[in-house]
Amino acid sequence: MEKLSGAEMVVRALQDEGVEFLFGYPGGAVLHIYDAIFQQEKVQHILVRHEQAATHAADGYARSTGKPGVVLVTSGPGATNAVTGIATAYMDSIPMVVLSGQVRSDWIGDDAFQETDMVGICRPIVKHSFAVRDTAEIPEIIKKAFYIATTGRPGPVLIDIPKDKTSPMVKLPYEYPSKVKLRSYSPVSRGHSGQIRKAVEELLKAKRPIIYAGGGVVQGNGSESLVKLVRKLNFPVTNTLMGLGSYPATDRQHIGMLGMHGSYEANMTMHNADLILAVGARFDDRVTNDTKKFAPGATIVHIDVDPAVISKNIRADIPIVGRVEHVLQDMLAAVDEIGSKPDEKALARWWDEIDGWRKVHGMRYETNDNGLLKPQQVVESLYRATAGKAYVTSDVGQHQMFAAQYYKFDAPRQWINSGGLGTMGFGLPSAMGVQLAFPDAMVACVTGEASIQMNIQELSTCLQYHLPIKIININNQSLGMVRQWQDMQYGGRHSQSYMDSLPDFVKLAESYGHVGIKVEKAEDLDAAMDKAFSLKDRLVFVDVLVDPTEHVYPMHIADGAMRDMWLSKTERT
Amino acid sequence: MRRIISILMENEPGALSRVVGLFSQRGYNIETLTVAPTEDVTLSRLTLTTFGDDKKIEQITKNLNKLIEVVKLVDLTEGPHIERELLLVKIKATGAQRAEVKRTVDIFRGQIVDVTSSIYTVQLTGTADKLDAFIGAVEAQVMEVVRSGVSGVARGEKVLSI
Ligand SMILES: Cc1ncc(C[n+]2csc(CCOP(=O)(O)OP(=O)(O)O)c2C)c(N)n1
Ligand SMILES: [Mg+2]
Repeated sequence: MEKLSGAEMVVRALQDEGVEFLFGYPGGAVLHIYDAIFQQEKVQHILVRHEQAATHAADGYARSTGKPGVVLVTSGPGATNAVTGIATAYMDSIPMVVLSGQVRSDWIGDDAFQETDMVGICRPIVKHSFAVRDTAEIPEIIKKAFYIATTGRPGPVLIDIPKDKTSPMVKLPYEYPSKVKLRSYSPVSRGHSGQIRKAVEELLKAKRPIIYAGGGVVQGNGSESLVKLVRKLNFPVTNTLMGLGSYPATDRQHIGMLGMHGSYEANMTMHNADLILAVGARFDDRVTNDTKKFAPGATIVHIDVDPAVISKNIRADIPIVGRVEHVLQDMLAAVDEIGSKPDEKALARWWDEIDGWRKVHGMRYETNDNGLLKPQQVVESLYRATAGKAYVTSDVGQHQMFAAQYYKFDAPRQWINSGGLGTMGFGLPSAMGVQLAFPDAMVACVTGEASIQMNIQELSTCLQYHLPIKIININNQSLGMVRQWQDMQYGGRHSQSYMDSLPDFVKLAESYGHVGIKVEKAEDLDAAMDKAFSLKDRLVFVDVLVDPTEHVYPMHIADGAMRDMWLSKTERT
Repeated sequence: MRRIISILMENEPGALSRVVGLFSQRGYNIETLTVAPTEDVTLSRLTLTTFGDDKKIEQITKNLNKLIEVVKLVDLTEGPHIERELLLVKIKATGAQRAEVKRTVDIFRGQIVDVTSSIYTVQLTGTADKLDAFIGAVEAQVMEVVRSGVSGVARGEKVLSI
């Protein structure tokens, strides 16, 4: 058998896993591994400019491809810089494998130079972690890490590797295991057939049903089956922030995003439903508003791969644990088998009601007549320029909500944002991961002048790897989302929500070797957007000045029910 | 309601900290905790007691089950079970008190395992309630209390094994 050092084993195992990109940053504890990387070409290392960006880039790669993202960082500060990105992936159930260097094993616990208990720090934000104790275990640990990260409810897995375990001086036989042996881990696949039948019977009886589809449908490749089921039943469907794209937003049966900034019709439909079929969603607090007032008349059918999210926030009447993809297929089969049709008359009445809500308050905003743009117009212009076909990543704030509301995502994995953790600084590095995975695709990063500055250094990485991302900076010169809350709940006292001393983003982009375009007037927007996308091989930073006073609506009224919303600064339900 | 949850898990470094960490991370409380390897040294048996309503306990057991190292677990309080805890207690016993303490120890079927001129060290096993009652009975003279935490098994044929 071939003999390899621990460092060579790490790199070979990544090759054997079929890893294309390794996002990382070198340092003392991982130098043996970097030397092994240097001597091969199969795994391409992407040198970021900050370890947080390595994790977000790997995350963007994972979200857009469905394949695990892989990260390599050094011990101590390299590892701690990666923590935010690991937590971001954890909250959104993204498959990721993070390799962190560690000080040599005989120094562990001595407060050695660049020593941090990374396994300890990450315990609550990883699906699992491994500490390498023996060089010989490296192949098996890596195999297990990928298996755990990608199966069941996906998530990040950490492998902490002390420097001495990768020493080039120790060579051991290498064989990559073909199977994983884990007696204590067996993720479910198929749902319980009795429960599925019971659920379908309820669906067919329902008079005011809604399907509420979340990120689990995107991550669990359930879109195709979801579309079939929704069409077959002629039910309305709404998406969570994480689920956007799992059902085509331009379709008649799609009634928009639900939740805190969801559409009026989606929130009204949820509140008044007699049956809610939740698929790969977790009744998050940003969705439900006050859980005690949540959808008072609804029977809840809840499908998820993770039993722990079922009945956590909202009690499920019919829980189904299983992979979304399989359960939906089985449901389709059960509909055929039972043979009866949904209640057509009741559904027609239900659709009338929903269309009424649509008319009352579809997505809308007022434009300014002085030429000052509204942020919503920027997203609409982006949608037009890309014909709805771009991958859109976003940061966190008002611009994120506007992107979610006004870009109509028709395909899964097209919309990439940090929903669970809400991490500012996610947008640009995640776009890098997407653009690397799809070099010919249009990739736009919708961001704000505050968020973009949290990982602005990655403009340098983008130049190095020729990533022609289009950065759409919705520049309201303020921490808009914070400011909105201060307007609504703190008497308009804008404590620290003003972004003063902004850089000249055009010059900044240019100094990094990119193209910068500034837009100040509404009439220049479309042309600027078209120009940006016509520069196919360049990164373009489009800095668009917008109205800082704009708010995101609808907005749930705190502690109310789903139906309790602000619809504008002055109107409420 | 008080629950006794007994867990069979991989006997590996880090496994215990994950179980304990889960409780603090999710805001559950642990009242007692015992852990030791089983007859199969690759497995440890961990028993803990906690408080919570049905919903909370359901969440606790679901989340414990998600930990990769947890092989199996059982909520012993769901069925008939045997619960034991070991108590070692140092009791001040001088003069007339010596006979009185001895009598109390006998009533509770405890054993005096060490003696000095002024102190009895008493060993007692039983349910947590019984140990509480004993400590209550000798409270005024207690100098030091050590309790092992609860361990338990289901009654009858039911076993927790792989
Ligand atoms: C790392 C991080 N810090 C703080 C916050 C809290 N926060 C949420 S939105 C927001 C303002 C974002 O401003 P900007 O990027 O300009 O977006 P806008 O809301 O103005 O569109 C802040 C500070 C966060 N989500 N993430
Ligand atoms: Mg802003």
